[in-house]
Amino acid sequence: MVGWLFVAPALVMYGLFVLQPLVLTVQYSLYRWDGVGPATFVGLANYADVVSEPRLIETLFNAFRLVIFFSLIPVTLGLVTAAIIQRVARGWLGTVSRTVLFLPQVIPLVAAGIIWGRLLSLQGLVNELLTAIGLGGVTRAWLGDFDFALPAVGVIGIWVLLGFCTVLLLTGMAKVDPALYESARLDGAGWFAEFRSITVPSLRYEVGVCVTVTVIAALATFDIVYVSTGGGPGNATAVPGIQIYILAFLERQVGLASALAVVLIVLVLLVILPIQRLTRGDA
Amino acid sequence: MVTTGMDRTRAPRRAGPLAVLALLVAACASPGAVTQAPTTAPTTAPTTAPASGEAPSGSAAAPSESAAAAGPNCGTDPVTLNAYFETGFDLPFKLSDEFTKQFPNVKWDIKQDQFTNLMSSTPRLLSGDNAPDLIRLPSMVSLVKDGLLKNLDEYVTAFGWDKFPPAQLAQNRVAADGTRGSGSLYAAGLNYSLTGVFYSKKLAQQIGMTQPPTTVDEFEALLAKAKAANLLPIMAWNATASGGGLAFPLQNLMAAYGPTDPINDWIFQKPGATIDTPTNLTAAQHLEQWVKSGYFPKDVNAIEYTDANARFGKGEGVFMFNGDWQDAGYDKDQPQGVGFFVFPPSQSGGKVAAMSAPLTYGIAAKAKNADCAASFLNWVATNEKAREIDVAVGGSNPGGPPDLPVPPAAAGSVINETLAAGAQVGKDNGAMDFIANATGSIFAQGWTPELQSLVGGKEDAAGLLKAVQAEYEKELSR
Repeated sequence: MVGWLFVAPALVMYGLFVLQPLVLTVQYSLYRWDGVGPATFVGLANYADVVSEPRLIETLFNAFRLVIFFSLIPVTLGLVTAAIIQRVARGWLGTVSRTVLFLPQVIPLVAAGIIWGRLLSLQGLVNELLTAIGLGGVTRAWLGDFDFALPAVGVIGIWVLLGFCTVLLLTGMAKVDPALYESARLDGAGWFAEFRSITVPSLRYEVGVCVTVTVIAALATFDIVYVSTGGGPGNATAVPGIQIYILAFLERQVGLASALAVVLIVLVLLVILPIQRLTRGDA
Repeated sequence: MVTTGMDRTRAPRRAGPLAVLALLVAACASPGAVTQAPTTAPTTAPTTAPASGEAPSGSAAAPSESAAAAGPNCGTDPVTLNAYFETGFDLPFKLSDEFTKQFPNVKWDIKQDQFTNLMSSTPRLLSGDNAPDLIRLPSMVSLVKDGLLKNLDEYVTAFGWDKFPPAQLAQNRVAADGTRGSGSLYAAGLNYSLTGVFYSKKLAQQIGMTQPPTTVDEFEALLAKAKAANLLPIMAWNATASGGGLAFPLQNLMAAYGPTDPINDWIFQKPGATIDTPTNLTAAQHLEQWVKSGYFPKDVNAIEYTDANARFGKGEGVFMFNGDWQDAGYDKDQPQGVGFFVFPPSQSGGKVAAMSAPLTYGIAAKAKNADCAASFLNWVATNEKAREIDVAVGGSNPGGPPDLPVPPAAAGSVINETLAAGAQVGKDNGAMDFIANATGSIFAQGWTPELQSLVGGKEDAAGLLKAVQAEYEKELSR
């Protein structure tokens, strides 16, 4: 009973701001509704629209392409970075690099998107650097280029999420029994062998958390994309979040927007649940 | 956005929020591309303050002479108008200050928001308990369908708006079947913007342009000359954040090669209307040719509205398609250095046409002070001082009764050129709404991505029109 009292405030908030909207979204997805006027029940018609419309499907593909940049690269790089910091930079250097890497987490994503928009523009710093090292030929307006806009957005994602992964993995590494490393060294194991045989396996749970959080960040991304490219050029960086926003607030198709949102939720769950099972399993 | 269309709405509106953010970013070190921004964004805030200070409340407030004018008014008792204005545009704030000066019993409770936010929040604001007496309207048809906007027909007769040129009110009329352009009046314009071609006088002279081109061929010859002289022929924006600015030249070309009526019918959602016509194809092919000839900046798909203006202000680009709401900015960047002409017809001596749209304000159906708000709208169109502010601050034609003179702007200002051009367009009956306003999302889902694809070589002129028409039909079928 006392336990329930402690949980109650959080539970009320959770129910009000998470569960209720979730249920309402599912409900709205079954209606044709402009957000104000009368709503018409249409069954699964909105879902049929979502799967039959190439533009909406395309946003899902883009989201999965972003997983490479938002999840795969930050987690891999984060492992390597954390291992390096753990091994060679335990003192003030480690603290500084941890802080620098984690800083993007503190900066509002909207501000980050704008700064990167400037950096990646035709006259931006990125192109200046490329020109300075003799690569003037490849300079372009990265966020306005059909082939490079998505990877460019991905780079912003790496910048944002690398610090998060690194810090989380570093924390996990601190828990690994130093005796393991010692005995491995006695057996003549090098840095890479230690990394592969001790560090990575011990961090299974932390890696699971990193992958989960970053995959969700990739699939459900909105702010970075909205601010840096708005989904353009064409639909090169259009993600479900942007389409949901446009459908709900510009086209005022609340039902269709909700259906896309539900599809997105289901997809996220489908991707996340196996990861959870794999990393938690019988660890 | 419907109405003002592109004008401020689509394009510049978006620019506002980013300008503010850009300022924040600039403060912490990013390179200077955004120096332009400060001129628009911050200026509005202070103007709200004086309103309360100047208005003596209570019985001390003497009704001014003109308060006794015919029609509904604000009475003599203290009244507070609940208003939603658009961040980044001075005009409504200045007008509200002046209104309070003349009618001291009227105070203002002004909230402001970015245009894009207004687009998403207007239905909620209008249907809420404290519905605004006066609100900047981003779009109308769906709001009318939901019964959220006050029908202004009674004021049309009470104030004599029926004597205004009919074209002025047409864009704010919505018929029973949901088409725009005719039917009952649901909004009024604070002023009427005009779009066309701005040019740098210095660069134009450099390529031998002694007078504005009189045909599209002449204009294209000038573009070629500019290119040959290693100048950027046209500065433009086409990034998603600001919306596809190439829609400006495209629609100008459409009106040069075909009649304006079918274009307006399409925007107003008349049954069977199509944008995919032979003359529009000719227009789109010309635009495609301009793209292929390198007449636009090569990074145009990444250029936002404010950046385009900043770069034009620094002398990059001979021409720029834009609207008169940017007049003050051009005057500031290049004093007396910018000229303006209406996009020329295809045949010499043909009629000119231009996108022209009201800066639309409406009244909530549930507004508590509807009469007072309506009298403000009438005052804006007819009061001498209000019309002066309209021209000096807004840069656009104040509209109103045809017999009232349009107050002149400062000598040497490009405003005088846009006002003169507006008269020419009016004479030729060439006013069009903006193709980006046909539906709530045709700009975001149709024009912008398709125009970007045209720039990126992923789409040709014919495909562009087909894709936009398909999106239009799909949206209307929902």
